[in-house]
Amino acid sequence: MVRLEDITLRYRPGAAPALSGLDFALEGGSFTWLMGPSGAGKSSLLKLLHLAILPSEGRLNVMGTAIHAAGRKELPALRRRIGVVFQDFRLLPHLDVLENVALPLRIAGRGEQQLLADATELLRWVGLAERMKDRPEALSGGEQQRVALARAVVARPALLLADEPTSNLDAEQSRRMVNLLRQMHRLGSTVIVATHNEALPDEYPAPILRLEGGRLASHG
Amino acid sequence: MAERLRRARGRDPLGLRRALSGPLLPGLVAAMALLAALAMAGAVAAAAMAARWEGGAAAAMMVQLPANAQTGPAAAALAALPGVAEAIPLERERLAALLRPWLGDAAGLPLPGMIELRLSTLGAGVEALPEAIQAAIPGARVEAHGIWVARLSALARSLEALAWLVLALVGAVAAAMVAVATRAGIAARHATIVILHDMGATDSTIASRFAGRIAFLAGLGAVLGAVLAAPLLYLLGGLAAPLLGNALAMPWGGLAALPPAAALIAWLTAQAAVRLWLRGLP
Ligand SMILES: Nc1ncnc2c1ncn2[C@@H]1O[C@H](COP(=O)(O)OP(=O)(O)OP(=O)(O)O)[C@@H](O)[C@H]1O
Ligand SMILES: [Mg+2]
Repeated sequence: MVRLEDITLRYRPGAAPALSGLDFALEGGSFTWLMGPSGAGKSSLLKLLHLAILPSEGRLNVMGTAIHAAGRKELPALRRRIGVVFQDFRLLPHLDVLENVALPLRIAGRGEQQLLADATELLRWVGLAERMKDRPEALSGGEQQRVALARAVVARPALLLADEPTSNLDAEQSRRMVNLLRQMHRLGSTVIVATHNEALPDEYPAPILRLEGGRLASHG
Repeated sequence: MAERLRRARGRDPLGLRRALSGPLLPGLVAAMALLAALAMAGAVAAAAMAARWEGGAAAAMMVQLPANAQTGPAAAALAALPGVAEAIPLERERLAALLRPWLGDAAGLPLPGMIELRLSTLGAGVEALPEAIQAAIPGARVEAHGIWVARLSALARSLEALAWLVLALVGAVAAAMVAVATRAGIAARHATIVILHDMGATDSTIASRFAGRIAFLAGLGAVLGAVLAAPLLYLLGGLAAPLLGNALAMPWGGLAALPPAAALIAWLTAQAAVRLWLRGLP
């Protein structure tokens, strides 16, 4: 599903690398916890995997496409098969909750009827169906995070990336969020969840990819 | 109603109806369209004046032969000069008829031989014609009316070219204006564009949203400009009528072409500006 070979990422040429020497592969249909202290490079690695940034060095392969060799025109179609729950949610402030969730389907050019039905269903799934007419700013942080999850999975992505998806949730809600991610895993998505909450993997034991200072500390 | 509004917002995921709104862009485009209409009318009027001066009776020159010259050979010599289409000797009776109101029936008066030249062009060669005539028939006198007409017509042609240049300039300034407006729209929706891009929206999807919105605003402005220009052109056409012999036709076609032309320029410019900006993203 994803394969990294000696990947280095620098945000600016000549700057200290945020990621260096990363070399690992994740199977299709796997669930992986991405752990490490703040600043370890978890978000940077996820950005690389959903093609928001490109590696400075090394070879990156995502869903069978060699990103380092791919043309810029090939990337949007790949991105549409990847769902992301961003650390800072990134809901669009000028759209209501339902339209935010429907966004990936609009980008994919889905028809109006099916698109609204799917988005509504996903909002019900995360327990926010009654809030669908609200603007994101009217929601609590935890509610926004669930909307972000609904948006990430609405287009049934092959690869689901979640960056600190429980950072704004209490213990009960965290359990619920992990449960939702588990469900997506069971439905066949490859799931990678970044967190610095060491207790979270206890909820759902799975291989852990550990970063420290931008390097791979352990995998397994 | 609320549902309709919500769906309309959904079809505008970049929120461009808010980010690209207000009277500024349509207002500026309206002013540009007005200038374009004036330039266009100016070009048409200048062309009409030049054509009137170049054509018909105006494109003629009178040559008065010296007393000793023979009309027939002189006409042949003049007809051979470059730029001369025809050399027509004025008949003695016609000349006498022309002069009768001033001189009375002075049959015995020695009238000079006169030859009317019809010029094939009013180009640059006309200026040199009097000298050529002097060389061909020493002592001939050239009546310079035609040369003045040639100068006026050259001036009108220059004005016409200038008007087209102004029109092109107006188009270029409009494109630059649209580029600035597009950049402002991109700045206002920077975060949203990046989110859509990261979700897999193509450059062409994003650029088309911007281009569609901006083309709509520019088209709207151009409609306003054309509507304002129509009465103005009518008044100017009335003022120019005496110089043209007949009233200048209203350039309805040109006015009608302004909104689609403005929309097209805006669409192309916005497309280019957005795509250029998006090239900065991976
Ligand atoms: N846009 C950016 N420009 C420059 N440097 C950046 C940028 N984003 C991250 N970095 C740097 O890259 C390194 C890794 O950051 P990253 O956000 O990936 O860490 P993280 O593991 O996600 O941390 P956290 O747990 O706090 O979210 C840090 O040193 C950070 O300063
Ligand atoms: Mg992070």
